[in-house]
Amino acid sequence: MKKYLHVINIGIQNTLVYRVNFVFRSMFALIPLFATISLWRAIFAGKTDAPTIAGYTLAQMISYYLIVTIVDALTAVTEDDWQIAADIKDGRISQFLLKPIDYLTYRFCLFGAGRFIYTAVAAIPVALFILYLRKYFVAPADPATWGWFALSIVMTAALQFLISYSLALLAFWLVEISTVIFIVFAFEAIAGGHLFPLDILPPAIANVLAFTPFPYQMFFPVSIYVGKVTGDALYRGLIIQAAWVVIAYLGARWVWNRGIRKYSAVGG
Amino acid sequence: MNLSLNPLRRYLGLYGALWKNSVVREMGFKSNFLLWIVVELLWFSLHVAFIAVIYMHTKQIGDWSKWQVILLIGAAHFIQQIFQALFLSNCIQISEHVRTGKLDFMLLLPVNTRFLVSLRVVDLGGFINATSAIVLMIYSLKQLHYTPSLAQIGGFLGLVVVGVLVHYSLMFTLAATSFFTVRAQGIIWGYWSLFNIARMPDAAFRGFFKSFFTFALPMLLVVNVPAKLLLNKLTSPGDILLLLALAVACAFGSEALWRFSLKRYTSASS
Repeated sequence: MKKYLHVINIGIQNTLVYRVNFVFRSMFALIPLFATISLWRAIFAGKTDAPTIAGYTLAQMISYYLIVTIVDALTAVTEDDWQIAADIKDGRISQFLLKPIDYLTYRFCLFGAGRFIYTAVAAIPVALFILYLRKYFVAPADPATWGWFALSIVMTAALQFLISYSLALLAFWLVEISTVIFIVFAFEAIAGGHLFPLDILPPAIANVLAFTPFPYQMFFPVSIYVGKVTGDALYRGLIIQAAWVVIAYLGARWVWNRGIRKYSAVGG
Repeated sequence: MNLSLNPLRRYLGLYGALWKNSVVREMGFKSNFLLWIVVELLWFSLHVAFIAVIYMHTKQIGDWSKWQVILLIGAAHFIQQIFQALFLSNCIQISEHVRTGKLDFMLLLPVNTRFLVSLRVVDLGGFINATSAIVLMIYSLKQLHYTPSLAQIGGFLGLVVVGVLVHYSLMFTLAATSFFTVRAQGIIWGYWSLFNIARMPDAAFRGFFKSFFTFALPMLLVVNVPAKLLLNKLTSPGDILLLLALAVACAFGSEALWRFSLKRYTSASS
């Protein structure tokens, strides 16, 4: 266990190098966010007959996007998948086969350290932005909601990481994995709820999406926060999310075992 | 290579050779080339889907109807893809040339360095992606039951060229800052978020945000003005003149920064 604490420490040191980059990144990300919020404001302003759209008030809608930004800062995989693919392509993976270190755990520690630093850096611009929009920022009334929200975020982070990890391992077979990453990223953006809350979709489409892991990568924790999931639906959702984490974990282990076999075949 | 004395012909000949080079390079990775087209098409459909979903819950955004906004998205994609085909990867590589010292070599060649740095590689996939944008724009016009006149189409294409040049000037300016910071990549990455604004209808914005992205970084003009011309939504020629004026300003600004940076350039290895 102690060796992984070292890994986390190294991860923190390494990502601190990029702190200025992180500030830029988090500030630039606020521009399209503000644009989307402006778009919704214009839509609500033009809708004088009813104060809600698909069950969302303007404040709930704006809060939705702000919470997406926070969950994204906490859980998004940014560099890790490229680094894993590079480790494989450049042959650096060999050293992990010789050391008593588990590559998945090692990578998860680095991911956690990276997210910790990114969130710490992004906290300032994001907090200022939320302060500016505080009029529209709603907080859950029930303290238990915060707990379920936090639990769901942890599972979201695990799910995001494991899916990206498995995709990156495709580098054992493919020369170029960036196209695959961008294709999956597109599905995550629309089916995960980055672009809009999934419950404004026609119910038929939303129901189909519920069978994929994508909503559990973003939409589910955010809708816990906004108060759209409560009671039985909340517990059911948490169990499904946990199931996806387990499936993704087993999948990641499986891809790794297959990949290593392929890798040693090339090297030996 | 003909060493014609006419500079225009000489540069056209050079550019032809660079094109040929790019075609050969792309064909070396055929499946990757096709996969990138799939990626672009997917993201393009995603933006359209976003608008389609929003318009399930509203009839208008400001004075923009659904198919007008979809045409706007097509126009944004068209401009972005042409820009990507001609300039994007070249601009991104500038910081790499500075870091590795490859720029020294380019400065010694008997051609204009900005020409070489800006146009070295052509990304052919961009032209193919641009055709999908044309298809969407034509379909949107059909849905709107509106046929623009030849003058409107000509004006639109002219403004598309202006839009591409604005994107190029701004991106080149950002890239030229890599002479001083080396880590310009983060800033260039940030330019992508600006594309996100360019495809939004201007009626959704007001206040400081709108002024900033109209007058300082003309993102809300680059696509909105040509699309409005095509849709006959322009109330006065003022917007066109503003876009042209800002395009000229951006071009001069980028050239000034480029010259200033070159003067201070001391090479990576010395």
